Amino acid sequence: MLLGRTPEGPIAGRPVVITGLGAVTCCGVGVEALWEQLLHPTLTGERRVPDFDPSVWFGPKEVRRLDRFAQMSVAAAELARADAGPLGEDPARSGVIFATGVGGFETLAEQVLVCDRKGPGRVSPFLVPMMMANAGAANISMRFGWHGPSEAVCTACAAGTHAVAAAARLVASGRCDVAIGGGSEAAIQEVAIGAFTNMTALSSSGESRPFDVRRDGFVMAEGAAALVLEAKDRALARGARIYAELAGAASTADAHHITAPEPEGAGAVACMELALEDAGISADQVGHINAHGTSTPLNDLAEARAIQKVFGAPGPPVTSTKGLTGHALGAAGAIEAVASALTIFHGIIPPTAGLEQLDPEIGLDVVFGEPRPFPPAPVISNSFGFGGHNGCLVLVPAG
Amino acid sequence: MTSARRISGQGADETVDSDAAFEKFRQCAVEVLQVPEEKVTKEARFADDLDADSLDLVELVMALEESFDITVEETELENIETVGQAFDLIASKL
Repeated sequence: MLLGRTPEGPIAGRPVVITGLGAVTCCGVGVEALWEQLLHPTLTGERRVPDFDPSVWFGPKEVRRLDRFAQMSVAAAELARADAGPLGEDPARSGVIFATGVGGFETLAEQVLVCDRKGPGRVSPFLVPMMMANAGAANISMRFGWHGPSEAVCTACAAGTHAVAAAARLVASGRCDVAIGGGSEAAIQEVAIGAFTNMTALSSSGESRPFDVRRDGFVMAEGAAALVLEAKDRALARGARIYAELAGAASTADAHHITAPEPEGAGAVACMELALEDAGISADQVGHINAHGTSTPLNDLAEARAIQKVFGAPGPPVTSTKGLTGHALGAAGAIEAVASALTIFHGIIPPTAGLEQLDPEIGLDVVFGEPRPFPPAPVISNSFGFGGHNGCLVLVPAG
Repeated sequence: MTSARRISGQGADETVDSDAAFEKFRQCAVEVLQVPEEKVTKEARFADDLDADSLDLVELVMALEESFDITVEETELENIETVGQAFDLIASKL
């Protein structure tokens, strides 16, 4: 991961590794539930988190004071931290970068109704701290007593990826020894569903089928995921389990249209190329692509074209996690970073759930049906958000 | 206690009303502050005993205003530290 460039050449940051994973997804609470479903998907329909019980994580007052998205942010971070083992971290050198697409949308919607019925004098004094997009990051830093940077990233469906990248760069730069990167979303709510439906982004069939010839939109999901990112030397020194190295990341903008991807994928191409450069690897070294793969007709085609431009056709095997998880917006990139780390760690590429008939226009080697064995190699994970935000992560096997 | 006072003659109605009002107050506090009922005594201090910060008190006052159909001005909340003080303020408006 590069920190900058000088006339003499690029400045390399400290190596950053992933030592803890946490996930709260429609597959259940915990990374194990996610991985099990990724390998053998059975989920269909609505992608709510089925068994999230906030009282496991919070006292009764906190349950009332945190929106579901913030509750799931903290839960994912706690799971990741526990997974990482004893960190022995210096609180002043530990940070959090956490993403969301829309923050406490459900709380906001409730309070709009309160205001309408009873007037502004009855709006909850907790609305602001519950709805603000930084509530996830804020509650995690308070929970852990960490005094390093605590910030939120809000780049729609690319936010989770950008947050993981920013957290990794905190470690690479030497500002932090340990950082948590992740994202959370809890917006399966009437107004939000209406909005996404009316912009024709949601699947009318309710099926998430990335790259399938019948794909007709994404399926709304909720959830959260978090990764513990740590300086490689200290992770090795404490004997931590290392899932993968977070070797590179990049961010670009399409500057094209507020919701539609640039049809030729120029912004996505630039992002993937910059991420590879950041990681110091070439396209032909990449062994697998965890696609954004939302299951919308436009995204999947534009992404396929972009992938072909960078990697050739058919290129390395591609999977879309969203076939299983649906689209958890600001959490998606973080969930997919977890999936990518597990793919490297276990040496297995999960199939793209929901995909039965590959769209011939896609022209990629999309993994579907059965999981595929994966010899250790770099993985790139893509995320593209409304607003034309592109984000890519490069994970490599820890050597 | 309430039933004993009910038959105690003079002033009984007022006492009963006051007990009922405090019970209503207590339920608001339990709901908003998520504390056990027995901790909501007149001597209890909001900050120390009930872990309530200033935003919690704002929400509690909103609940009380609604429940008792009264209005409390922000300035009236200054210097209120105990449940008893808050209850007296509410009771004075009934």
